[in-house]
Amino acid sequence: MAITGLIKGLGITLKHFIETYTVDLKDGKKRYNTPEGIKERSSADTKGIFTVQYPFEKVPVPEAFRYIPFLVFDESESGEKDIRCTSCGICAKVCPPQCIWITRSVNPETGKPVPKPAKFFIDIDICMNCGLCAEFCPFEAIRMDHDYEISSFNRFDHHIYDLDKLLKPAKYYAKIHPKQYAEEEAARIEKEAKKAAAKATKPA
Amino acid sequence: MSDEKLNNPGIEIPPELSNQIAVTTLDKIYNWSRAKSLWPMMFGLACCAIEMIITASSRFDFSRFGMEVMRPSPRQADVMLVSGTVTKKMIPQIVRLYNQMSEPRYVLAMGACASGGGPFKEGYNVVSGVDKFIPVDIYVPGCPPTPQALLHGLIMLTKKIETEKLSEAEWYKKDFNEEIPVPILGPDLIDPRKYDVIKNHTFNEDPFIDGGLVIDQKQGEQS
Amino acid sequence: MSEEILVSTLPEFDVLYSDFVKKDERNGYEGFIVEPSSLKEFALSARDRWGYDYLSSVTAVDYFPDQFEVVYHIYRSLGGGALVIKVQIPREDPKVDSLYAIYPGSEFQEREVYDMFGIVFTDHPDLRRILMWEGFEGWPLRKDWKEPYYEEEFKPYASRWPNGVAERIEDKNPFGDNVQYPKGFNPETWIPSGEDALYMGLKRPDKLDGVDSEYVVVNLGPQHPSTHGVFRMAALIDGENVVDLKPVMGYLHRNHEKLGERNTFLQIMPFTDRLDYINSMSNNFGYALAVEKLMGIKPPERAEYIRVIMAELSRIQSHFVAAGFLLNDLGAFFTPSLYALKERELILEVFEAVSGSRMMCNYFRFGGVVRDLPEGLFETIRQLAFNRLPRKIDEIDEFLTGNEIVTTRCIGVGVLTADQAIALSTTGPILRASGVPYDIRRADPYSIYDRFDFDVVVRYHGDIFDRYLVRIEEMRQSVKIIQQALTQMPEGPIFEGKSQYQVKVPAGESYGRVEGPRGELGYYVVSNGQANPWRYHVRSPSFINLTSLREMCKNEKIADVIAILGATDIVLGEVDR
Repeated sequence: MAITGLIKGLGITLKHFIETYTVDLKDGKKRYNTPEGIKERSSADTKGIFTVQYPFEKVPVPEAFRYIPFLVFDESESGEKDIRCTSCGICAKVCPPQCIWITRSVNPETGKPVPKPAKFFIDIDICMNCGLCAEFCPFEAIRMDHDYEISSFNRFDHHIYDLDKLLKPAKYYAKIHPKQYAEEEAARIEKEAKKAAAKATKPA
Repeated sequence: MSDEKLNNPGIEIPPELSNQIAVTTLDKIYNWSRAKSLWPMMFGLACCAIEMIITASSRFDFSRFGMEVMRPSPRQADVMLVSGTVTKKMIPQIVRLYNQMSEPRYVLAMGACASGGGPFKEGYNVVSGVDKFIPVDIYVPGCPPTPQALLHGLIMLTKKIETEKLSEAEWYKKDFNEEIPVPILGPDLIDPRKYDVIKNHTFNEDPFIDGGLVIDQKQGEQS
Repeated sequence: MSEEILVSTLPEFDVLYSDFVKKDERNGYEGFIVEPSSLKEFALSARDRWGYDYLSSVTAVDYFPDQFEVVYHIYRSLGGGALVIKVQIPREDPKVDSLYAIYPGSEFQEREVYDMFGIVFTDHPDLRRILMWEGFEGWPLRKDWKEPYYEEEFKPYASRWPNGVAERIEDKNPFGDNVQYPKGFNPETWIPSGEDALYMGLKRPDKLDGVDSEYVVVNLGPQHPSTHGVFRMAALIDGENVVDLKPVMGYLHRNHEKLGERNTFLQIMPFTDRLDYINSMSNNFGYALAVEKLMGIKPPERAEYIRVIMAELSRIQSHFVAAGFLLNDLGAFFTPSLYALKERELILEVFEAVSGSRMMCNYFRFGGVVRDLPEGLFETIRQLAFNRLPRKIDEIDEFLTGNEIVTTRCIGVGVLTADQAIALSTTGPILRASGVPYDIRRADPYSIYDRFDFDVVVRYHGDIFDRYLVRIEEMRQSVKIIQQALTQMPEGPIFEGKSQYQVKVPAGESYGRVEGPRGELGYYVVSNGQANPWRYHVRSPSFINLTSLREMCKNEKIADVIAILGATDIVLGEVDR
């Protein structure tokens, strides 16, 4: 009758309950609040407590993780912000829900466009975190952020991000995307070396 | 952590009694008990609802914050997690559910869609944010917000609750009535609070009358 | 020999029925154009004489300003390619015969076409709006209908660059909201058309038991803990027995197809994630296939393997959810789901590492995938496929399958016979649980599925329990496929050349279909050679499986309706699109 099913079900729960203690006893304190502990708990052999106790420990996000986009700037030696974005508009064109607005800078004297954004907006109430802007940016200027703790009480004041909010230093980018950053840096150095070599051979 | 806050009303307690009695204000105990047992309504709309379920399940487990039970009935719920795209066809029901919740009630807009329409904003059946109709206490951006982002939003909400005061609480005032008129499905969604605006535009000779913002362009195309 | 029909061959209908059928000779198009007056006659002989018994998809295209074209994709339930037939009708007063009498599975799809295009299907038993509400002004997918937030015909919009200034679009609308009204509309005198048509449409048979009682209409949803989202059913009950039932949907209608026509081909990709939001990888797969077919390209070997691995992982996690939530609906609230969701979390972690997002993967590109497996991920997938998942699937099977509550509530409930299942156009586990061994991975292989050794899971009772068993067994087969793919996977590029954001898609039409976890997921794309598709339609399995819900629920108890819906395993994002 239904009794066996009931007992079996309770047995499973009991087994899981006891398992949490046996695993805890075996692993000791290093199971919680340590990166190894979280990794172990997310591995294929995980047993016992599966919960990651969020504000105190966080599930690490992989490098590819994408949330809201941000703009990368390089810091020159004098401390000036050198925005990588050239306002080419590819991100605004490729954005599926069209949540990016860019105003191109104009040289006030000549009236010609300057390859720097004068204004840059992202409406995060429209953004779908798809990552296409970062994928197709030719200047490594727009990248996907890993910061997901951005809840706010008022969307009308805070949810259209402007340049101030979007700009983040290359150091931060290197921190959250270490592998991609290293690859891009290597490619850039190689390219510059090639350029220099081409320059050196040209006059000769 | 929260205990320290609770037991710290600015009154000095003699050292010999400090471990035995707790002195606090009514506001604090009231807010503490509300903030630590927020019951969400079991109410899912779209993609975000799956992340909400994951937040309730064993890995993220929001019962650690006293959100132990999700109530399918609005009468028993404290916080409504609007998790997903709010469509015109669904908004009458959402407003009705909100009206049925008992005060104090809170609304969390989860994800870009619930906050401001999201990627589907330009669609003809999508409401540009649930706050067009019901007051929202906290917005969690993301599409979809990860469970941890949602937890962050919920923790922020409890912080907001902890700053409230009984004496200022609107819902205990005598003539408090926050019944929101339920939208009507007409040729398009009709907000009963906006009859005048609608009539102004549909009766007057305005270039914008029947075709949204771009009536001029449209006429240009047709001719 | 003359009477023998080979499954794989398409008869020359234009020669056989030269009076009213001609070949579609437009460049890039396939199939036959049928005279509107002879549609029924032709469909009948296609079904009875030629074995095209499975109507897969019905949709329409607005060739503005010339004509409407109603497009049918019909298959043989034995396997093989599609018979595509088209009916051209004028844009003024469009009318076409309903195929409901021949293919009952067309019921909801024809209603959808009516809802979106205003094409009237004569002799349809219940022609009402399905996704929008009765009384809504306009036919949304007609090319000359503009939504309130209409900005431009195609994306990208000119207002974004180089002089873009952020503004919320509602500020530009005179009503400050996403609405528009006809001229002279007075909201105060408006009477909503209500839902009389829905309730009147429920068939009330004469009472034969002699008991003096009345039928009662019970509304389940749209806010109901076990409707898996914002789904609603209106059930007519006699005591506890369901006499008739009608699903009501559209509460999550997000205008996927209208947005799709504004988007460029690539921009649609992240939107497809949000169709069946439980397994975005399959959605990506189907759409990528459809567009690649049009472009005439194929991804490199390694990308094919990665695609298959991801699609199968996606199927496993989706079936885990389905099994867990079926138990939810049976009353074992949340505990079995917790164990199922735990496994799902581990698979989602793989998706997050490879694509960047847990649910909205946006991982496929035309001609490849976004990125190769990051370091260490191959090992993680290997661990899952060879170690954890087989063990856990067995565990779930062991704990649930023999359980008395599961067996007593599932066996013999919600039965659908094989004939009904084919006629009602059901797909996926529902079709296979009714004894029809139809799996697109076998019947009409795509990608590299012809290389793998796996079984098409079939059960024969057609009840809830068999659907559940099919899902459990399919997980095992998916694990088997992943194991083979992991061992065979070659090194190499994952994308030929560099991924482009503007893809050149030649004019024409294509229909790409994959076996998603819920059944046949098809994408019908019509291109006119520009950056945006002219028409983009999704044949969503959940939506069409719901056509059979009434048949499954009839004469069952009202409490079992919940279980039947749970076993149908719908995802509302896909039902309503």
